[in-house]
Amino acid sequence: MKCQKCDKQATFHITDLVDGEPNELHLCEDCAQSFLAPPPGESSDVMPAMAGLLAQQLAVGETAEELARLDKQVCPVCGISFREFRKQGRLGCPYDYTCFAEELDQLLLNIHDETHHVGKVPKGFGADAEQQTQLIRLRREMKEAVANENYEEASRLRDEIREIEKTRDESPSVESD
Amino acid sequence: MPLNFEELAGGSGEWLKGSGPESDIVISSRIRLARNLAEFPFIARVTDADRAEIEKILRARIAASNDSKRFASELIYVDVSQLQEVDRAFLVERQLISRELSESEGARAVAIDSCEQYSVMINEEDHLRIQAMHSGLDLDTVWEQITALDDLIEEQVTYAYNEKLGYLTACPTNVGTGIRVSVMLHLPALVITRQIDKVFRSLQKINLAVRGLYGEGSQAMGDFYQISNQITLGMSEQELIKKVADVVPVLIDYERQAREFLVRESQETLHDRVSRAYGILRNAQTISSEETLHLLSSVRMGVNLGLIGDVEIPTVNKLFVHTQPAHLQKLAGMELDSSDRNIERATYLRRHLGGDGQQAEQN
Repeated sequence: MKCQKCDKQATFHITDLVDGEPNELHLCEDCAQSFLAPPPGESSDVMPAMAGLLAQQLAVGETAEELARLDKQVCPVCGISFREFRKQGRLGCPYDYTCFAEELDQLLLNIHDETHHVGKVPKGFGADAEQQTQLIRLRREMKEAVANENYEEASRLRDEIREIEKTRDESPSVESD
Repeated sequence: MPLNFEELAGGSGEWLKGSGPESDIVISSRIRLARNLAEFPFIARVTDADRAEIEKILRARIAASNDSKRFASELIYVDVSQLQEVDRAFLVERQLISRELSESEGARAVAIDSCEQYSVMINEEDHLRIQAMHSGLDLDTVWEQITALDDLIEEQVTYAYNEKLGYLTACPTNVGTGIRVSVMLHLPALVITRQIDKVFRSLQKINLAVRGLYGEGSQAMGDFYQISNQITLGMSEQELIKKVADVVPVLIDYERQAREFLVRESQETLHDRVSRAYGILRNAQTISSEETLHLLSSVRMGVNLGLIGDVEIPTVNKLFVHTQPAHLQKLAGMELDSSDRNIERATYLRRHLGGDGQQAEQN
């Protein structure tokens, strides 16, 4: 069999997928090589890391005003700024999904093409995950209060933390069967 | 029961057993779930005290799951922060922990069962990374097992979860189901016929990711590729499993066609390639790990095509991992520098492939 692109002997028989449809090609080694080489400009790295995809999404709108605005957006629970998140690609706490909801919605659409969860629900859902998240803020505030030698405030926060922890330890609602 | 590294090193674990459906091409089926405790910051913002507390809580959950006897496998708890570097590298080569867990600092751990079907990582990118795997193509069983373990761990902790976004994860690429479904395939004929890049590009178009043997960012070693879902939000676990499961038979078919083509059109070249690979592995006096993986890949295909008759797939599978640097050192019982490892590796290969006039190892 002759190569479909020149007169040499076809030694490569390639099944190309065009929009999911197989397309048979019979080529000589040289033509096959140039056919199979990635198109110019396209990275030859065939294994894009998930993090790379995310970095790409995060690299939009880097003007000075934009960055200053993102610097000011800080999560009240864990203290991470949206800019820090953009830099490292990792969020600081579960509450970030609430306080950065607007910014993250577009990002989630770009990554997943969706913004709503479908699928498994934890058995213990209903045990107040939001309240648990507040523990993150309270512990951080208590640590800061101690650092500032504001012991009265620290002891008030400690009691509040204990109160929430107590409900956690008593919650038999998550026991299955 | 502490983990016995020496005993572990001698075996080959679940994913290299070489059994299960389509196991000539499909090496293993694996699912992992990312979970976080609602009451702590994600790993990027934890204090050392938080890390230690998360580790303590999850260690207790693993112990409780063992005590409850409701989970068939006993999980052995390993404090990764106390391990020597070579032992951590060993667990990475064995695919029981990630490079990230191995190389990070502070309180962190993994729980593994003796069959190496489960691996629960604590304080990795998320507080909890639950993994389950099976040899061959068998995603449905893996899902049943992992979701049961997930439920058991969750009984006394509150996962970070909200109704709109599902399971909340440190990286928005995992939010929703937190699931990564992956199937590892051996695709040497698609590599030889240079069709592999085309296959990858079509997979990327349907939102599936392709990685080499040792996960994110690494090169494909020994023609092993992992296919996994890219998105985690907006589709249920079952739908995502199906998305990966549906494409695997197509890839198996392509690889089989490419193998048939090679046998039909260039039998001598193929037989020569496989025999030379086998010859080098049986006779080399010093050999690098890259060359070993490359040659073992040809031998593995040769065994599957009946071109090599005196060695079996489980032996070949085992050699892929046993010839990795940390495994070689654990098996030799001593630390070896790179050039000593190359000599030790060649000796090990000759011994197990019947070089030096011996019989090849029979399983």
